[in-house]
Amino acid sequence: MKIDKNQLLRFTTAGSVDDGKSTLIGRLLYDSKSIFEDQLDAIEKTSKRKGHETVDLALFTDGLKDEREQGITIDVAYRYFTTPKRKFIIADTPGHIQYTRNMVTGASTANVALILIDARKGVIEQTKRHSYIASLLQISHVIVCVNKMDLVDYKEDVFNSIVHQYEDLSSKMMIKDVRYIPISALEGDNVVHRSENMKWYQNAPLLHTLETVHISSDNNMIDARFPVQTVLRPQNDEHRDYRGYVGRISSGIFRVGDKIKVLPSGFTSTIKSMNIHDKQLEEAFSEMSVAMTLEDEIDVSRGDMLVKVNNSPEVTQDITAMLCWFNEENARPRAKYILKHTTNDQKAIIKEVLYKVDVNTIKRLEDDKELSMNDICKVKIRTTAPLMVDEYIQNRNTGSFVLIDEATNETVGAGMIM
Amino acid sequence: MSKYFLNYLDELESEAIFVFREVYAQFRNPVILFSGGKDSILLTHLAKKAFFPSKIPFSLMHIDTGHNFPETIQFRDDLVKELGVDLLVGSVQEAIEDGRVLEEKGKNATRNSLQITTLLDAIEDNKIDCAIGGGRRDEEKARAKERFFSHRDEFGQWTPKNQRPELWNLFNGKMRQGEHFRVFPISNWTEMDVWNYIKRENIAIPSLYFAHERKVVWRSDSWIPVSEYLPKIENEQVFTKKIRFRTLGDITITGGIESDADTLSKIVDEVSSMRETERGNRSDDKRSETAMEDRKKQGYF
Repeated sequence: MKIDKNQLLRFTTAGSVDDGKSTLIGRLLYDSKSIFEDQLDAIEKTSKRKGHETVDLALFTDGLKDEREQGITIDVAYRYFTTPKRKFIIADTPGHIQYTRNMVTGASTANVALILIDARKGVIEQTKRHSYIASLLQISHVIVCVNKMDLVDYKEDVFNSIVHQYEDLSSKMMIKDVRYIPISALEGDNVVHRSENMKWYQNAPLLHTLETVHISSDNNMIDARFPVQTVLRPQNDEHRDYRGYVGRISSGIFRVGDKIKVLPSGFTSTIKSMNIHDKQLEEAFSEMSVAMTLEDEIDVSRGDMLVKVNNSPEVTQDITAMLCWFNEENARPRAKYILKHTTNDQKAIIKEVLYKVDVNTIKRLEDDKELSMNDICKVKIRTTAPLMVDEYIQNRNTGSFVLIDEATNETVGAGMIM
Repeated sequence: MSKYFLNYLDELESEAIFVFREVYAQFRNPVILFSGGKDSILLTHLAKKAFFPSKIPFSLMHIDTGHNFPETIQFRDDLVKELGVDLLVGSVQEAIEDGRVLEEKGKNATRNSLQITTLLDAIEDNKIDCAIGGGRRDEEKARAKERFFSHRDEFGQWTPKNQRPELWNLFNGKMRQGEHFRVFPISNWTEMDVWNYIKRENIAIPSLYFAHERKVVWRSDSWIPVSEYLPKIENEQVFTKKIRFRTLGDITITGGIESDADTLSKIVDEVSSMRETERGNRSDDKRSETAMEDRKKQGYF
């Protein structure tokens, strides 16, 4: 497994007040020795001031003034820790329904979703909501942590019955890889260290699972897509004829000599060279930021996409997508928005709302078509010029977009193309 | 098993290069905020990679408190020459002389928060629409909530409660006249990542980061270098210690640590066994629990 060494793994946690999310993150950081002494001192002082007998691990995830005053997470906070096996980025997001947009944001870049279930309560509405978002955002791996096992006497049958409940739920969603771990974040059981209290549990504790879950094949390595960010034309003698198309490979693999096509124009050429800084590359893959040169002088600019001649995305002005609405102002029917997809910005209108999803019951609401904050709807959108799209389920980078309000410049929605 | 994956440093590098190129494509007049510290030096290295073989298409902007380590200024001037870029300097000293800001008094006086006015003035005077900074989310709890593309209103203020959602690789840099953006390409890097990368790429950094002998005094739990700018305290004992700096800020507030680490390898080893955060030696952050959040809201780096 040496090959996984030094990989970066991004995971998301969602949770509300009292389900132990902050304690779990605090425990992971604390037991993996990612907490510094001055941080610990500060937390010990605060714990004492608040009258806690032991160090309140949840305080490690304390955020902004408002959040501390209210004792909740509002915005996504990013936290970092490293073990000898991997570097981790945690997108720590709130779990309450009014912060769906922040959960969606955190989920958009995650490889793994941690779903917390209180062992005393089992699968509840919030579990459904978090799982639905994980499946909607196509997080490849879900780890269900059945927490607070200490409060149910570490009983195996409690754990098993929750596993069955969750299997029932996840079978209705598109979640590929689910694992279950009985933990007590408060006591430290099965978080970093194997639990002495649950000998009946044979699998790895949480941290070991995070360190070893196989993520190399989560990226799409089949469909080569290269959205052009900009063109570099250095004005110096040494590189007089250099014309480099730069960008980050969304998916797939490109090699020098590959026949490529420029979209939407359809011009074809051959890759002459690829480089990162002064290092020449024979092949480059997702998600490397590279510069490419082509054999032929053709018109390529920001917003265009280079693909292989025999494997194209759909070039279209009409898309169907699941759209999550972020703004306090409802979506205006037939109003123009700026749709940002890869490096391509186009004007767009929401032509039709097909249905809304109740994220608590995962039921379709066919009659309610008002797009308000935190709503998730299936919509039809038309753009003024073609987009080069793949289905989100096949390709996170070329299947996703955001909508920007022209008047306020705010990011008002995020979509996943179907 | 697939050989097609990036190790974490390559992935962080790729992400930062992508962000630099988005800045170039989306803004008219960006600058790189340059303090002479390792994070801003790292920014210039990543920018060089992002635009090779062109030179970096941005100026560097230094908000100069006047309380510098001489080594930092020398390093800055050499680097600017090497990169062939322009240097813009916003001077806190001038702002004090013009009466734009009032200097703090007393033995703990610093010019740290005075930089806010000078920074915002420099952004306005030079018609900067995007200031690229070396802020990292692991540094401080207010920074943990910061976006890659962070919008500032016409007063230069940050409103943490009303930030734009940032999903996938899609960065929204749209704004009105008079507003600007702060962009943080190394948001996802930790102190350890920075050092590992500096070592891997063999990036030149000021000698202050390496262990050296220096005259220091013990204040606010750290070794503060003696300099002409340091307010004197009577009968205070001056020591000569072998120290190095983990971060570089104003010479009056940057505490050194006792160390023998005089090579990049030794620094990496030392940092990986550190039990205190790097900003723990910065008295600017010790003032209150929300010192950073408060300064950031007003327009700080």
